[in-house]
Amino acid sequence: MILRALWILPACAMLLAVAIAHAEIPAQERKSGAEFMSPQTQAMQADDASNPGMLAVLDGEAAWNEKAGAANKACADCHGAAEQSMKGVSARYPAFNAATSQPIDVAGQVNQCRAERQQAQPLRAESRELLALTTYIGLQSRGMPVAPPDDERLTPFRERGKALFNQRLGQLNFSCAHCHEDNWGRKLGSAPIPQAHANAYPIYRLEWQDVGSLQRRLRNCMSGVRAAPYSYGSLEFIELELFLAERARGMAVETPGVRP
Amino acid sequence: MRTTGSTLRRLKSLARARAAIWLALWCVSSSAALAAELAPFEVVGDAIPVSLTGEKGDPARGRAIVVDRQKGLCLLCHSGPFPEQRFQGDIAPSLEGAGSRWSAGQLRLRLVDATRLNPETSMPSYYKIDGLGRVAPAFKGKPILDAAQIEDVTAYLATLRDGPGAQEKP
Ligand code: HEC
Ligand code: HEC
Repeated sequence: MILRALWILPACAMLLAVAIAHAEIPAQERKSGAEFMSPQTQAMQADDASNPGMLAVLDGEAAWNEKAGAANKACADCHGAAEQSMKGVSARYPAFNAATSQPIDVAGQVNQCRAERQQAQPLRAESRELLALTTYIGLQSRGMPVAPPDDERLTPFRERGKALFNQRLGQLNFSCAHCHEDNWGRKLGSAPIPQAHANAYPIYRLEWQDVGSLQRRLRNCMSGVRAAPYSYGSLEFIELELFLAERARGMAVETPGVRP
Repeated sequence: MRTTGSTLRRLKSLARARAAIWLALWCVSSSAALAAELAPFEVVGDAIPVSLTGEKGDPARGRAIVVDRQKGLCLLCHSGPFPEQRFQGDIAPSLEGAGSRWSAGQLRLRLVDATRLNPETSMPSYYKIDGLGRVAPAFKGKPILDAAQIEDVTAYLATLRDGPGAQEKP
């Protein structure tokens, strides 16, 4: 009996491993999404004078210094110069928020500061002003390695993000891993499939003719497989962001990226 | 900014072509929308030997579905003998010679539900409505292709008799 039970355990573990076996990308093979782009688009990202995302950065700098809400305070009134106080923030977010006992991303943090410190209305997801601030904050980490915090409280959320990444979705029944781990570098119609690293977000996307967040990109991928996308700011998206950050650990932040 | 204006315009038009792919992936798939229930079928070995509609499909209609980026979506992942089609994917094997490698019944099962043969496959199940997660409301309860479309595509694939593997099956 005992012998048989012992045999069953590893067998179950093996089955489980088979069920979720996508080829994780080894560290030395990781590539930024920029490497899958045409030389023109790469050049556009590399040169601040031609990178359209820099316009959002300028707007963000203005918003940083603008007083808002009943408290009549600007971000700068609490945080001073973003070049110092925001350096490395986007490289380590999402972080654990003790007040809500949940992880929070940079956009969520901006809105929390607005509510609590500025006593202002939250900024709408994908609004110009929110994207401007998150892009401006993101720029302060440009060139730094993605460095998610070793905070145990984040672990269960990150694990759920990983499960979401490997789960099939939509009428076409694809998981994120099907495209981004099993088929990166191949072509979906005319589009090269990148590895899905989040190190350049927010990005300026030529297809959108606008700046957009990582969550907007993820919603595109989800509706692509005919799935109902998660809502902006949902816990599912924050969990996916946590997992994507871990997957991109050590890669350089490129915000603001340019994408086709 | 001004010096890059023309590059920007060129890249934007490329980007629009790319947008069309995602739109295609997303568009409501025609008559499949009307199918409320699936026709019953029997899997024998690795095939569905009997037509889902009881009738033979039409290869010409089948080819049109295969290259249609809103209906078949096949060329997102596959390439094949479609010289007029500019963008063909390379996620999956070429469809060239599919009719030499597989019988009509085998092709039918590979379209209907390829996960029965390979649970890990990224080939979508074209005639399945159960066991799918978070399907967008516009597509809920509908297969990607209806029974008649499955038969048309099966009939077309069966005509693809050249290419790799042609000698394996008469
Ligand atoms: C059917 C294939 C497919 C699926 C499924 C898919 N993606 Fe994508 N994804 C793409 C393609 C292709 C791109 C590149 C964008 C383009 O060119 O349209 C992309 C882009 C991305 C990017 C941006 C990378 C960059 O460098 O800008 C991220 C992040 C991403 N996907 C994450 C995900 C996640 C998370 C999921 C699951 C919720 C997912 N994807 C599901 C095909 C897919
Ligand atoms: C999103 C990706 C994708 C799409 C869309 C897709 N396929 Fe496939 N298909 C695959 C993959 C991957 C395989 C390889 C077999 C496997 O992994 O189980 C495959 C296998 C096949 C095979 C067996 C090929 C062989 O010779 O072994 C046929 C036939 C086939 N597909 C036909 C089609 C047709 C027809 C369509 C459209 C109606 C289609 N596929 C759409 C991914 C796709």
